[in-house]
Amino acid sequence: MNELTPTTPSPIAATEETLLWFGHDPLWLVILKVVGIFVILVLVVLFTIWLERRVVGRMQQRIGPNRTGPFGLLQSLMDGFKLAFKEEIFPTAADKAVYIIAPILSVVPAYMAWAVIPFGPEVSIFGQATPLQLTDFPVAVLYILAIASIGIYGIVLAGWASGSTYPLLGGLRSSAQMISYEIAMGLSFVAVFLFAGTMSTSSIVNGQVDLWFGLLVLPSFLIYATAMIGETNRAPFDLPEAESELVGGFHTEYSTMKFALFFLAEYINMVTVSAVAVTLFLGGWRAPFPISMWSGANEGWFPMIWFFLKIFIFIFVFIWLRGTLPRFRYDQFMRFGWKVLIPISVLWILIIAIIRGVSDEYGLTATPLAITAGFILTVAVLWILGRNVKRRRVKNLAENTIPEKFKPNSGGFPVPPLPGQEYRPARRTVVADVGAATDAGTTSVSEEVRGG
Amino acid sequence: MLPNPYLPIFALGLLAFLFACVSVTLATLVGPKRYNRAKLDAYECGIDPTPQPIGGGHFTIKYYLTAMLFIVFDIEIVFLYPWAVSFEALGLFAVIEVILFIVTVLCVYAFVWRRGGLEWD
Repeated sequence: MNELTPTTPSPIAATEETLLWFGHDPLWLVILKVVGIFVILVLVVLFTIWLERRVVGRMQQRIGPNRTGPFGLLQSLMDGFKLAFKEEIFPTAADKAVYIIAPILSVVPAYMAWAVIPFGPEVSIFGQATPLQLTDFPVAVLYILAIASIGIYGIVLAGWASGSTYPLLGGLRSSAQMISYEIAMGLSFVAVFLFAGTMSTSSIVNGQVDLWFGLLVLPSFLIYATAMIGETNRAPFDLPEAESELVGGFHTEYSTMKFALFFLAEYINMVTVSAVAVTLFLGGWRAPFPISMWSGANEGWFPMIWFFLKIFIFIFVFIWLRGTLPRFRYDQFMRFGWKVLIPISVLWILIIAIIRGVSDEYGLTATPLAITAGFILTVAVLWILGRNVKRRRVKNLAENTIPEKFKPNSGGFPVPPLPGQEYRPARRTVVADVGAATDAGTTSVSEEVRGG
Repeated sequence: MLPNPYLPIFALGLLAFLFACVSVTLATLVGPKRYNRAKLDAYECGIDPTPQPIGGGHFTIKYYLTAMLFIVFDIEIVFLYPWAVSFEALGLFAVIEVILFIVTVLCVYAFVWRRGGLEWD
């Protein structure tokens, strides 16, 4: 840095000085990092699937898979092997070329997004100083958004190419859902860039030494946390795979490893959005507060522990939500995205822009004001949403009171009595009940039981 | 040496692509082959599949509308990112301009909302 700055102004701003770490790796190190990321991702996905099945099992008073390997840890690996040895099926109605390309198009971008995720600081690998991150450049977050959007093509093409009704609807729903929540997701990043002054992931982590952006721009973090669940099609926003409506969604017609690739892409995306949340809002690989007092916590290989701990907290929340919440209806889901998340994001950007602009103009620090404003906005929005939910519940209760009198044919079809209603059997039924035939039948059965 | 920081992305992409290609072709090589016409039908819970109209199935216009609204807002985001990144250099003048821009987009948003563009029947 020192040789560059006096004569010519460096092309890299002070906020982006970590970018100087990148672009010096020898080829063998790049290959090592690529293989490392690939292996880590596969292992994390296998572990996440196992964790999900075990945790959801516990939440539903079951045990979950526990036979294959210690604690059932090899279950997802064996499921993968099993899928590899299944019969290849191409549905007659399918567009064969697109049908094969779709899973590839879905899984490759899912991996590629991890090129710019920072795992840790500079370390020494076989004597070569290098950051624990494959690469980084000034538009890294934009790149993550772009490459994640390509994954949507895989899903919508899979739905379209299957030549079947359920996958088509599932693929469309999935893409509509992902683009709807991508707006809220994109808007939530603006406040982070405003304070970080950069889109490079390593520099954003570097900018959170004193204070995590999740605290500084709390509404953005909460909007992102909501949008990322919609973006990954997870419960309670798992409408593209609503089993009761669409069977399996876009991958209904897929079998063998082609199905496994979709499954893999879905879980990698889940880990990716968690990693982005950690990087942008929760200080990335930096140690959380009490541990960060130990000076060695942010050096060497230790940061990977904090990074993956934070990621698995998010993954646990994903699983927890799936075990707890019922699925949204599609109109409710779209209304929430377009009429709640987007206006709040835009409002928050306006507030934070004014705070930042005015405090810069008068030479103040924007931090305390931003934290206060973010906290107030969060509380206000949650209060309004909670009040609306309560009002709707009261209104629904008032509309849906049970009438005193039981009508056996209300609505044109026979219905059972509701709680509190008295059931008076029709005349014909009464005659049948006291008939000699029924009486005789009951007696003979009870006699048989006694005799046996 | 890879002097360009963008090149490692393609190394990762290539590895993922090779893995995906091997996975896709694996079942053809090692899987069993037992022909049955019913297996090749579209899955519709056991009933005969509904014949698809030529050129793919039909779906509601709402999806197109959602896609178009997405583009409007995505362009808004595209304009906000460069401003946010170079905020310090641009100062209060840019803040006022961005507020004007956001308010303009909000007018469009309010119009779409009033006309029922955000309702999903």
